[in-house]
Amino acid sequence: MPAKVLVAKPGLDGHDRGAKMVARALRDAGFEVIYTGIRQQPAYIARIAAQEDVDIVGLSILSGAHLSMTKKTIDALRQAGANDVHVIVGGTVPTGDTSKLLAMGVSDVFPTGTTLEELVTRCKALVATSPEV
Amino acid sequence: MARCKRPIDELIAEAFQGSEFALGRLLSLIEDGGAAADLISSHVFPYTGRARVIGITGAPGAGKSTLNNALVKELRTGDIRVAVLAVDPTSPYSGGAILGDRVRMASHVGDSKVFIRSVATRGHLGGLALSIPQAVRVLDAVGFDWIIIETVGVGQVELAISDTADTTIVVVNPGWGDDVQAAKAGLLEIADLFVINKADRAGAEQTKLDLQQMIELKTPTPTWQPPILMTVAIQGMGIGDVAANALRHHHWMEDSGRLVEQRDRTLWLEVENILTQRCIGKVRKQVQQTRSRSLRASFADRQLDPIKIANEIVDLVD
Repeated sequence: MPAKVLVAKPGLDGHDRGAKMVARALRDAGFEVIYTGIRQQPAYIARIAAQEDVDIVGLSILSGAHLSMTKKTIDALRQAGANDVHVIVGGTVPTGDTSKLLAMGVSDVFPTGTTLEELVTRCKALVATSPEV
Repeated sequence: MARCKRPIDELIAEAFQGSEFALGRLLSLIEDGGAAADLISSHVFPYTGRARVIGITGAPGAGKSTLNNALVKELRTGDIRVAVLAVDPTSPYSGGAILGDRVRMASHVGDSKVFIRSVATRGHLGGLALSIPQAVRVLDAVGFDWIIIETVGVGQVELAISDTADTTIVVVNPGWGDDVQAAKAGLLEIADLFVINKADRAGAEQTKLDLQQMIELKTPTPTWQPPILMTVAIQGMGIGDVAANALRHHHWMEDSGRLVEQRDRTLWLEVENILTQRCIGKVRKQVQQTRSRSLRASFADRQLDPIKIANEIVDLVD
């Protein structure tokens, strides 16, 4: 069965070209991709992830708020009972923040400059494993 | 799949108590098919038959999602719970899909009584996914009052929705059809309600006239004439009328006995479909076996023809 990915844009930045490209690349790699549109609240992202029962929640964040937005989303997912969902983060993530995100429970981080091919390969590897949440 | 294995009866119990996560997981198991899906279906069946099921269909870009979004808002009064199954096509090339109907339905994400699920067709034709009837029953069982199914953008032959929904809404736009109505017969014949969406555009009145003439030509269902409604869904215009007529149609279905009749027919059709699927599996296996067993596995010498072989296999499949 195809794996399901939620591509979400939390927070206030409205630049979704990257998110849409990622959605398209994942579709072409055989994923079922749910796209939410821009400016989503973390609590709502978690609710959508539960309703859609996705394998991966992908957060696209370019605003610099990746640490707080990711934390809120992971908390909301846990509250919704979605403990076995991978969370990945893409966008403008400074090198030093990757380890902070991973420590929060994020499964993988894709800073700007990651190729789509790389992203697809790593997402495929992710759905074959259970997240450590 | 990386997802945790949870006992199905536990998931069912949680879904009945209102857990969206458990409900979401049940719907995935239904989609994946197999023994788990059968178990869930059998478990929920006694609790079904209460929800009102609306189907929304029409050409790509007609405004199905926008109408759906507005209709959900209209139906959502008090404690009434509404579920949406939004179907989008799976790419035949990659097996993947972009399920984007949620973008137009974002305004309901804060409403705890609205549940939205995107569904990919996974190669199934007819405008729906194979699992839709079972998914509808799960949503029905856990207590949704209305279930709206939105089909993929359809042409003329994707009519599966009329079997699954109690009330089928066909969405068209001004300028649609003109004088080639006859060619579009399929989609028009399944409509219980017509909605001319984007009715603020030129040609809405003419389209209404065309549809009216077409309905008059058709042999009418006794006492039900499909109303033709005008909407500008993006502004919420005309949506109250759509909801009222959907309810009126449902009452008519109930009072005339057609609701029971149609649901029975659909369930028997489902029995037939399930058996057909199983038979296909058996046939494939038998053909493979015959081929691998046969010394004459190639047709190259033209000693055998497909019909003779099929006739030989038919007896084995019985």
